[in-house]
Amino acid sequence: MDFREFLHDHIVILDGGMGTLLQERGLQPGEAPERWNLSHPDDIIAIQKAYFDNGSNVVNTNTFGANLLHFDEDELTQIIKAAVANAKAAREQSNADHEKFVALDIGPTGRLLKPMGDLDFEEAVAVFAKTVQIGVSCGVDLIMIETMNDSYETKAALLAAKENSNLPVLVSNAYSENGKLMTGASPAAMVAMLEGMGADAIGVNCSFGPDKLAPIVREYLRYASVPVLLKPNAGLPHSECGCTVYDITPEDFSSITAGLVGEGVRVAGGCCGTTPDYIKALCEHISVTVPVAEQKQDTMISSYTHAVSFSDDPVLIGERINPTGKKRLKEALRNHELDYILGEGLKQQSAGAQVLDVNVGLPEIDEPAVLTKVVYELQAIIDLPLQIDTSDPIAMEKALRIYNGKPLINSVNGKQESMDAIFPLMKKYGGVAVALTLDENGIPETAEGRVAIAKKIIDTAATYGIDKKDLIFDTLAMAVSADKNAAKVTLESLRVIRRELGVHTSLGVSNISFGLPQRDIVNASFFALALVNGLSAAIMNPFSAEMMKTFYAYRVLKGLDDNCSDYIEFADSVQNNITIGQKTAKSADDELTLSSAIIKGLKDQAAKLCTEALQTTEPLTVVSEHIIPALDKVGQDYEKGRVYLPGLLMSAEAAKYAFEEIKKRMTGGGKNKCTVVIATVKGDIHDIGKNIVKLLLENYGFDVVDLGKDVAPELIVEETVRLHAPLVGLSALMTTTVPAMEETIKQLRESAPWAKVVVGGAVMTEEYANSIGADQYAKDAMDTVRYADKINQEMS
Amino acid sequence: MIRTEIFEAPAWYRREIMRYARIRGADDSFDSLISECIAEAEASLSYRVCYSVLSVEYKDDSLYLGGIRAPYDTIKKAIRSANEVVLFAATVGAPFDRLIQKYSLLAPSKALIMQAIGAERVESLCDAFCEKMDTDLSKDGKCLTPRVSPGYGDIPLAMQKDVFAVLDCPRKIGLTLDSSLMMSPTKSVTAVAGIVDGCREAEQHKCASCEKTGCAYRTERK
Repeated sequence: MDFREFLHDHIVILDGGMGTLLQERGLQPGEAPERWNLSHPDDIIAIQKAYFDNGSNVVNTNTFGANLLHFDEDELTQIIKAAVANAKAAREQSNADHEKFVALDIGPTGRLLKPMGDLDFEEAVAVFAKTVQIGVSCGVDLIMIETMNDSYETKAALLAAKENSNLPVLVSNAYSENGKLMTGASPAAMVAMLEGMGADAIGVNCSFGPDKLAPIVREYLRYASVPVLLKPNAGLPHSECGCTVYDITPEDFSSITAGLVGEGVRVAGGCCGTTPDYIKALCEHISVTVPVAEQKQDTMISSYTHAVSFSDDPVLIGERINPTGKKRLKEALRNHELDYILGEGLKQQSAGAQVLDVNVGLPEIDEPAVLTKVVYELQAIIDLPLQIDTSDPIAMEKALRIYNGKPLINSVNGKQESMDAIFPLMKKYGGVAVALTLDENGIPETAEGRVAIAKKIIDTAATYGIDKKDLIFDTLAMAVSADKNAAKVTLESLRVIRRELGVHTSLGVSNISFGLPQRDIVNASFFALALVNGLSAAIMNPFSAEMMKTFYAYRVLKGLDDNCSDYIEFADSVQNNITIGQKTAKSADDELTLSSAIIKGLKDQAAKLCTEALQTTEPLTVVSEHIIPALDKVGQDYEKGRVYLPGLLMSAEAAKYAFEEIKKRMTGGGKNKCTVVIATVKGDIHDIGKNIVKLLLENYGFDVVDLGKDVAPELIVEETVRLHAPLVGLSALMTTTVPAMEETIKQLRESAPWAKVVVGGAVMTEEYANSIGADQYAKDAMDTVRYADKINQEMS
Repeated sequence: MIRTEIFEAPAWYRREIMRYARIRGADDSFDSLISECIAEAEASLSYRVCYSVLSVEYKDDSLYLGGIRAPYDTIKKAIRSANEVVLFAATVGAPFDRLIQKYSLLAPSKALIMQAIGAERVESLCDAFCEKMDTDLSKDGKCLTPRVSPGYGDIPLAMQKDVFAVLDCPRKIGLTLDSSLMMSPTKSVTAVAGIVDGCREAEQHKCASCEKTGCAYRTERK
């Protein structure tokens, strides 16, 4: 029987632990269990046969760590071939008369993915792909991805399984005591992402006994439409007379696990510490025979930590990462100023945005590359789900691929071409799409016309296997200044689509007021009307006071805000602060000057005083007479030991805020010194030192090109040559990465002989720097600034 | 057998945070910044340790800890002829690295304090773990020697590979080792300490035996 058919109609019994049983048979600590497939096949077969004999429908191959990071390709191939042969032999030898399947077991790589670790996402996909290809060629029945404790790695493994086979895939994660994955994802976030990508069953294994996993598996049962899996440990291990003993007996284990099967779990087995006895007892305790499939209707998106559900409680989607009409953002995108873009994201988050729209569409940029980079960097530090906003299908696919979660997709519409481009991507990568009610004939002028397009989109999505719960309809807010009935049609279509078609809705609210003065007044009222008509999500400016007032007031009035607590907190911020979401100075100090604000490290005051100074003084004069002297003073005090490093940094940050004001008033941002390329070298993921250097160099007017951390020598050379940069700054923290620094210098000497190289970092000394051929060792950031100034003077 | 322990937050040690942030003397001008960072860090921190007790063998002129060949004087000296050692790995978790990363881009002054907090937290976690082990051992009239780690003295970083092979750190506590032998999450420690008869010696401060008396990070902490 095909495993998918079996899964559809039966409770599936998995196997139990392998590692603990191998240790009993002599596996040593630190020894690779996968090699036992070749060296001790009889032991492996005996254990697997016992599982089949005692009731397992599925037995995993002994390939938990079988991947290219642990074995070379030849050995890997031999191991997997032997492992599949062993499991098949066990199946042959077992006389049990139930259905028996062999699953290719895939565990985590043991490495953490970038940007937190050093393993590239695509490299991880390739590593898993090789294991899948070999396993599939040996003829397994299904794939079991298990014990994954990071959402991003789980995505890489599932993608590899899907791209290299048509077999059913079960995906199981290992949770921590706080109910989250080690890297932070909640069960709901994992359900959203894995179901979206087409896993056949999802769930939980390892970590604890079934008692402690119960609350986590119940979260799965609450959100998942696909079958839910549970494979717990036999409790926690302890030592008795020199032996490892687990604290939950087969009897207790099976009664708790069978109870959870009664609650809806459809795939069950055991993990560490469980034995064939546990599986036998489990089979005896399970009384459910026919599983009940329940289709959930939640519309969910997710980030690497949490899921956001669409409901009657409106979701705010921050629209500010979109260059249309934003001069400063355009400049930031062109100059790869990711810190500015990340800052915009964080400000929207603190202003109340629950999702961030990301649009980087500018005619002169490489949109696929820039969109991917921005999504990657945003998801490294901001835990909000993202709405990927592009009309370029290539950019869309690349961004969906590297997104760590289930994103919002902006957008699809009723044109055949659009649906043909977007739906296959949604099917492969998961996602909820914003569907615009327009098609080849444009935007219908009537509500009936827009609803008809919505129906067409729902029907077409269904042919791709996409449920309507994964579509959110945008009935298109159009300028009332151009058509007095524009708002009425939009609202009526919204109402019908939400109430009659039973799907969620969103609007780019502010389009309604295009061409009118004081747009926020109209926007806020339109927003209120749309909410009443069933608006589920608004793409809007979270810094708009009028819009946020409407949002909080609506939630209070609709009974969505318990004890009015969100509203009260918001009301306090309105009273204290006219500009929402942006902190202003706590106490204005009349005596404060721009220089003293910088020296004291007061960011907001520095920005305010700089703005005031610019009303009467030329930008360059403000820089040379106020900002630079203040920075010099702090720099000198730091070198004399009168100011500590945090103080130096706070002043530098205050100066940066002042420079942002200067930038708004002059093109080129006041940079008047040479280009400096900086990077943390390949293999090194520590970058605080490099970032400090960057901040100070920028303050002193250098044009800093920051290539980031873990940067290959080739890329550093390429950028240095492209920009003809006279100075390169390299950072390394560990002795193990200094060879990469040396290699980078060597390559620079060959291809960019004009460039001077300054090096620094925890392990560096002057001697060490000389020995690897650097031009200069800098003991700290100020030292680097001084050297850069020297190079700059020599040039001019 | 590998065991996993999850700890409550150990007591905070602000002077250590200041030391790691290179704030010397009695300067109190960063108190509010440090308090702000601590408050923000707390939600991102977790305290996990995995460990295994290994037997010690002296053969072929070398020291063996379980199956790990460890011909290093620093370990030999530290474990004082113990017959058993405890090998452990401790981490404050991946979410905290994201917090450092966030401020590394947006406010390096806060990133610096966060780095210092992470260093103080993981050291305090190691102390908490060793104290607990010591208390358990004292029932049998035994105690723990001071701990040493790969990278200390003559112990090469390459020993991390052996430590990770024995402790199964990725699965037990979510700690990984990359191709440059760096640990992720970054605020993590692996170490070994001997199990010997008797009580813990009158404690000296941690850096007492180090010759580099001019080091910026030298501590007086016990």
